[in-house]
Amino acid sequence: MSSLTSQTFVDRLIRENFKFFTGVPCSLLSGVISHLEKVECAKYIPSVREDSAVGLCAGAYLSGTLPVLLMQNSGLGYCLNAFTSLNLIYRIPVLVIMSWRGQDGKDAPEHIIMGDISQKLLETAGMDYSVLKPENFDQVLATAMQKINEEKLPYTLIIEKGLFDERH
Amino acid sequence: MKGTEAFQELLPLLGDEPVVHANGFICRESFNLKDRPANFYMIGSMGLASSIGLGVALCKPDRKVIVLDGDGNVLMALGTLAMIAAEAPKNLVHVVIDNEVYESTGKQRTLSNTVPLEQIAKSSGYREVARVDKKEDIKPAFEKMLNSQGPSFLLIKVEPCFDHKTGRVTHTPEEITERFMKSLHRPAAGGN
Repeated sequence: MSSLTSQTFVDRLIRENFKFFTGVPCSLLSGVISHLEKVECAKYIPSVREDSAVGLCAGAYLSGTLPVLLMQNSGLGYCLNAFTSLNLIYRIPVLVIMSWRGQDGKDAPEHIIMGDISQKLLETAGMDYSVLKPENFDQVLATAMQKINEEKLPYTLIIEKGLFDERH
Repeated sequence: MKGTEAFQELLPLLGDEPVVHANGFICRESFNLKDRPANFYMIGSMGLASSIGLGVALCKPDRKVIVLDGDGNVLMALGTLAMIAAEAPKNLVHVVIDNEVYESTGKQRTLSNTVPLEQIAKSSGYREVARVDKKEDIKPAFEKMLNSQGPSFLLIKVEPCFDHKTGRVTHTPEEITERFMKSLHRPAAGGN
């Protein structure tokens, strides 16, 4: 198993044919976004809000391009209506890379509640996810690809602090 | 001009362009006047027609892509105007039917009676912007935008006219996805 870094992560997603990346930054994803800005065979588009990024990804998918949405879990609230009234009912998949602020109640105050409930919110909406670890990457990516390609539904990879390098 | 009249002017000008529709009155009026496979009817997710259209335009640069939006939707996602201006897809035409109300929920007022949306688009950096309030001005303005570089923004001021007997879109959301995707996979007919 090769080590999981921002670079190996992005390169692997591109090999899985994800060519369209958009989102709203999080410090936990800063290394990933920084690498995305450098690669030539994929596009990273800064979104102003997480739900706009959901729309952008939907447009990409409808055009035949597999999309990735990157965001902090604070953006999940903005996205819920888009996920439930667009992606889930139209069968428009997207790979969501969602950083986990407020994990175990240890973070700035604004992250504590969402840190506690973001996985419960995904479950309530009927959206599958995995917490990404270096040792489960192959397995969760296979699960995600099955969800996206076969069931045409979104799948979320949750990113804990420290998994990727931070650049700020 | 009534909203329906704007659609009656606009829809015959369409070829095989993909058209992303905002929810509510926009979807229902267009569906009932002229349904077509290249119409994406966004029945929920208010505000996102413009970002969906931007995604299509960026991934299908050889197709002219049209967003058929409403004033309520535009106001809900003003930031997307900045994204469109920043990405500047030459193939995107953003048409806004502006009736100054949330029509399908009972004509509650929006803000577009005082806030000129086309000025926001212009300041954001859309390449071409026009505001029309006469029926006969729609055709030349829209055709010009179809044949020139975008992103362009066409604001059509109309009076509310929605008849609640106008049916909802009868295709299921999954059917809308399938036929829209199929229509996009065909090569473009014209030389956009």
